[in-house]
Amino acid sequence: MAVQPEIDPATGRTTTGHEWDGIKELNSPLPKWWLYIFYATIVWSIGYWVVYPAWPLVTNYTKGAFGYSSRQEVVRDLDALKALRAERSTALASTPLEDITKNPTLLTFALAQGKAAFGDNCAPCHGLGAAGSRGFPNLRDDSWLWGGGIQDIHQTIAYGIRNGDDRARQGNMPPLGGPNGVLKTDEIVTVANYVLSMSGQTTRPGADLAKGKELFIANCSACHGEDGRGNRDLGAPNLTGRNWVYGSDEKTIIETITLGRGGVMPGWTTRLDETTVKALAVYVHALGGGQ
Amino acid sequence: MSDLLAQAARKSAAAETDPVIPSADDEPLYESRREIYQQSVKGRLRTIKWVVLFACLGVYYFLPFLRWYRGPNQPDQAVLVDIANNRFYFFFIEIWPQEIYYFTGLLVMSALILFLMNAVAGRVWCGYLCPQTVWTDLFTVVERWVEGDRRERMIADAKPMSVAKAGRKVLKHFLWLMIAWWTGGAWVLYFADAPTLVKDLATFQAPMVAYMWIGILTFTTYALAGLLKEQVCLYMCPWPRIQAALTDEYALNVTYRYDRGEPRMSTKAAARAREAEQPAGDCIDCHQCVVVCPTGVDIRDGAQLGCIQCGLCIDACNTVMAKVNRPLGLIAYDNDVNMDRRRQGQEEVYPIIRTRTVLYAAMIAAVGLVMLYGLMTRSFTELSVLHDRNPLFVQLSDGSVRNSYTVRILNKRPLHRIFVLAVDDLPLARLSAVGITTTSGDWPVIDIGPDSTRELIVHVTAAKPADLPASRRITFRITELGTGDKASVVDHFVSR
Repeated sequence: MAVQPEIDPATGRTTTGHEWDGIKELNSPLPKWWLYIFYATIVWSIGYWVVYPAWPLVTNYTKGAFGYSSRQEVVRDLDALKALRAERSTALASTPLEDITKNPTLLTFALAQGKAAFGDNCAPCHGLGAAGSRGFPNLRDDSWLWGGGIQDIHQTIAYGIRNGDDRARQGNMPPLGGPNGVLKTDEIVTVANYVLSMSGQTTRPGADLAKGKELFIANCSACHGEDGRGNRDLGAPNLTGRNWVYGSDEKTIIETITLGRGGVMPGWTTRLDETTVKALAVYVHALGGGQ
Repeated sequence: MSDLLAQAARKSAAAETDPVIPSADDEPLYESRREIYQQSVKGRLRTIKWVVLFACLGVYYFLPFLRWYRGPNQPDQAVLVDIANNRFYFFFIEIWPQEIYYFTGLLVMSALILFLMNAVAGRVWCGYLCPQTVWTDLFTVVERWVEGDRRERMIADAKPMSVAKAGRKVLKHFLWLMIAWWTGGAWVLYFADAPTLVKDLATFQAPMVAYMWIGILTFTTYALAGLLKEQVCLYMCPWPRIQAALTDEYALNVTYRYDRGEPRMSTKAAARAREAEQPAGDCIDCHQCVVVCPTGVDIRDGAQLGCIQCGLCIDACNTVMAKVNRPLGLIAYDNDVNMDRRRQGQEEVYPIIRTRTVLYAAMIAAVGLVMLYGLMTRSFTELSVLHDRNPLFVQLSDGSVRNSYTVRILNKRPLHRIFVLAVDDLPLARLSAVGITTTSGDWPVIDIGPDSTRELIVHVTAAKPADLPASRRITFRITELGTGDKASVVDHFVSR
């Protein structure tokens, strides 16, 4: 049934019939152009159906006239990024390692690239902050098994350690204990206590340090040196410092001597491009201030 | 009678004669735009509007070409938004992205100024300064120049299409599009070196984005100022809605003094009524105030959403009042209070200084002073230090402890500068920065290019961490070689 519209006496316009506290709402129609813009947006949306992927089909979807895909866009963005970095990447590839730090722009570029690559490739073992963990050296301190110079670091990253590659760092800590071992169990305890004393740690009461030293020189000094300061050519750690890859307590040292150690690091030239390895070397060198 | 009232009158007349009464369901849901044939008018306020129009458009169109020397290798454009290099230049001020809060202050101030204007004299912004008003005014002048004044346009539009009429319409839209195109063109000049960009645009070597923005702004200017005009104020703009909630009875608004104007009657009838000592109004119902209105409202209906308070009706009414020998100011800037006061024989009051105007002014001053203080005291040298969180500290083989930091030094001067980076409050500390080999004493010397920043990895080593608390406050300090310009920032050194 048609309802008689109420006319507002002040304006002469019809009301919607809605009333709040005696105030009635006027019937104010929308402007026509508003409606036309709404129609225009509908027409525009039909355009979307045509040019962009829109309709899901049973096993496929409508591809659209523009042939757009978000995957393609990512590829394009990555290519654009590569092109943007090309100039500096080339410069990084052609600059000798030692000279990279002298060029602030190149250094910043290498550090940024190195940080990203470190997070992707190195962090699983060495930690995101490169502080390492038991068995995986801390890369921020000044104890370097294979040398902390930028060339040494580059060499280690490029070819790795004890991974079967001929170019990798070789040399390991052989097991000195066990049934066929060079040292008997009590000798191992004695030499372990001598090792403790070298880094200024407290030793077991009544430990025969003189005997320990004797045993050390006879069995360990070939790699670690008579003074225990290690040998970077062989990856033999300095035993007089505070930093220990596996731990510095007596139990761990005994375990190390008895069973030996031989941590493995993969070589990265086979997995990463040369520029990234270079950037990683610069980054790791910067972390600990290098040597 | 207003057009709205006229409509209602027609409607009620129709209702009397037409037996079929339209039901609510038959009401149209959409309303066509009513063409407004604005008549030209001369007067004091129209002159003020011309001056404001030329000043605003002049600033907008030509400001990008103003030069301002800042030193070698620096842009010499007075106002430049350099998006590619993250800089905003405004004469002697250079804003970096991290100083974006100046824009917040500017926006707060703009809002408060709008409120103050409203408290003093209503919608001054709408009537005189709003870009919509300024450009619509400009487009209307062009329209009048091509198609004639109100009467000629109404007659022409009522006639069927002819070659001459079509020609005039085409010319009008062409001129509108040219102005719109120039408007879009001026906009992009604020984002690049203006003379270079003009040359590039003319030779089709400018970046695609510049042409796109010119296209977008040509379209919006043409559509808003040419096609939609008053529809923007009536339907799109939020300010009329907000303004109504902010106004009060003392705000000066363009007002029809109905106490003087009503009852409306012809001059002859008014003269007779006055002789007979009957009530006589000054309004002769000549509709001049309606025909000059850019939004097509009738000011005699009182303050309303559609009224942008440009005051053209004041000029129109004053012209008529002068002709009929009645005092000017039947329509004038006035407030609601005076309407009652005059009727009661009291003196008119125009209190500009009121609690709200004083408060707004004080708030504007406060925000302005804070911004000014910030600008005057801002440093051209800044230092920021971020302590590495993973790991917090590293023990070295000799038992000393090292903390690493990411240090960023900002050089906001257009000069190459050299700083010494040092750390205080940490005895026997050594500080090294990756990639820096030059030192002064034991501290690294860092050079930074003009108007740029440099980020450094910095290692601080304390020889005797056992003497230190677990975490110690330390101060990083940079000192410029030569000038001694300093900046410092406090951080912590973690030993265990």
